[in-house]
Amino acid sequence: MKAVEVRELVKDYGNFRAINGISFEVNEGEIFGLIGPNGAGKTTALRVVATLLQITSGAVTVFGYELPKEAGEVRKIISYLPEEAGAYKNLTGKDYLNFIAKFFGEGEKFQNMVQRGLEISNLGERINDKVDTYSKGMIRRLLVGRALMVNPRLAILDEPTSGLDVVNAQEVRRIINSSVEAGVAVLLSSHNMLEVELLCHRIALINDGIIVASGTAAELKKEYDAGNIEEAFVKAIK
Amino acid sequence: MIGNIVKKEFKELFTLSTLIPIVVIAIVFGFVGQTIGNIGETMEEKPVIGIVDIDDGDFSDIAMSVLIEKAEVIYNGNDAGEGLEEVRKENGVALLVIPENFSQNIYANHPGEIEIYWIMKGAGMMDSISSGVVEGLIQAVNQGISTKLIQQDSSSDPALVLNPTKRIETTFFKGKEIEGLSSSQLGNMLSSQSIVIPIVVMMLIIMAGASVIASMGLEKENKTLETLLTLPVRRSHIVIGKIVGSALVGMIMAAIYMIGFSRYMSSFQISDINLADFGLALGTQDYLLVGISLFVALLAGLSLCIVLGTFAKNYRSAQALVFPITALAMISMFITLFKDFDTIPAVLRILVFAIPFSHPMMAMRALMMDNYSLVIGGIAYTAVFTIIMIAVAVRIFNSDRLLTGSVQKRVGLGKLVWGFRR
Repeated sequence: MKAVEVRELVKDYGNFRAINGISFEVNEGEIFGLIGPNGAGKTTALRVVATLLQITSGAVTVFGYELPKEAGEVRKIISYLPEEAGAYKNLTGKDYLNFIAKFFGEGEKFQNMVQRGLEISNLGERINDKVDTYSKGMIRRLLVGRALMVNPRLAILDEPTSGLDVVNAQEVRRIINSSVEAGVAVLLSSHNMLEVELLCHRIALINDGIIVASGTAAELKKEYDAGNIEEAFVKAIK
Repeated sequence: MIGNIVKKEFKELFTLSTLIPIVVIAIVFGFVGQTIGNIGETMEEKPVIGIVDIDDGDFSDIAMSVLIEKAEVIYNGNDAGEGLEEVRKENGVALLVIPENFSQNIYANHPGEIEIYWIMKGAGMMDSISSGVVEGLIQAVNQGISTKLIQQDSSSDPALVLNPTKRIETTFFKGKEIEGLSSSQLGNMLSSQSIVIPIVVMMLIIMAGASVIASMGLEKENKTLETLLTLPVRRSHIVIGKIVGSALVGMIMAAIYMIGFSRYMSSFQISDINLADFGLALGTQDYLLVGISLFVALLAGLSLCIVLGTFAKNYRSAQALVFPITALAMISMFITLFKDFDTIPAVLRILVFAIPFSHPMMAMRALMMDNYSLVIGGIAYTAVFTIIMIAVAVRIFNSDRLLTGSVQKRVGLGKLVWGFRR
């Protein structure tokens, strides 16, 4: 079964068409990257799959569940990390993980989830401090821990390393890779083309709401006779 | 340099979204003031009364001349029943009956009795203005008689000279006949008994409403809303959870406020009359109805707040959105304190009924007068209002509005219900 199937997706904001008939699939255990410049439609596509936005036309299914009809079922198996996410400032990091885990399980399942969240976020003793006192990198690690601790079948990650320094970004990429090894499908967006080349099994290049090319990094570089994905993207949109 | 900063601040703060609620509320307040009328004008107007003079003696002549000069007398005859009917028909304030032997009693050093039958229309503070004017007339009658007594016979009892008449009062109010109380006394008593509830309701709505709107603003400002909306929880549960959480915060804050306020109010206790003596005491069932009315109004207010909260872009814009709720709560409080629901003009009555917070404010007074239909009707209306508001909020939570500020599709009633189930 496909983790995600998007067919001819169109999304309008009033008179503005943010996505203009894109189609792509994400397989189980795969990291699929949507890459493109700011305003290309990456976040909108991710928000649609994450059940946050209504569909203007087209079809989207997640593990066979149709959106928006079965949005409730989809929310049980996904985890979404927005680009500019935050956590509740008056809670401690651990309280925040507890709060989220309660929506996904009880008893031992709940305990295991929180434990996994603590391990992924790796904040040490600071996990017992209020989120208000965290640095941007610490909050992002907490949120990555929150997103992956619930063992989602599909993780939707919008610019997962946005705003992180090199060390933290590398750590987040390692966490994503290890989750995929555990069977999670990942749909992510990034405008960091180097990162996507390192992380994703397959890539779709998106520009002005249209997918201009898709395939593995090697396929795209070969197709556009490019040394890297950035060069392939520039050639693809010409 | 300062001018540049002032200009920037002005542009940031003086926006359409901050201006519109204030303009709307200013218009509503102006309209309310215009509709309720002017206290000064009411006091200057001659009160409409009826007079029955059975005594026809020296002192009753004095009383009659004072009353005819200073009041608009719409009945002047000998039949109290007929007079009462006429006063009622002409929307008058009271019927004054000067019984037989009035003058004779005063000559015999006994106060002359004046029977006053008050027709009380409402229990608001402004409703008792006309009766206050009549009370003034009786003082004028007393002065006239005192003057005559002093002129005629200086050996009269000084106590009698100072207070030559005694009032025997009966008040008719909303189908009840209450003996031994004037309409002013009854009005004061009802006001003192029911003044706390409107203030509690106003504080609850403002405190809890501000919490729920701020919560929405904070969700957006702290970028936690998107995560919340992708969790496996029904949107209706998110809405209800926010309402209940805010209601608890609001109740705690209002309770703290009320502890101080009740101490403050106790220093203004104006009536020590026992309501039970006049058949006006509330029973357990009445208090239960007041409680239900209060609870449902709180839910209605918070559900309205959560709908308003969806317009908040951040914590600061959320603060501005509290203003309409505050104003609505204050309008309800002032109208119900100053006027009775039955004595306000029809347009204002519709406005008061439509504001869900008004119902618990009016409940105690209505129940004292056995007006169950107003209280139960108010609870039913407020419950329906709450359900509609929650359905609208859930629908907004299911739409793009929270994230993009616009709704993709028109919202129909069927879709509201469908959205609520999600």
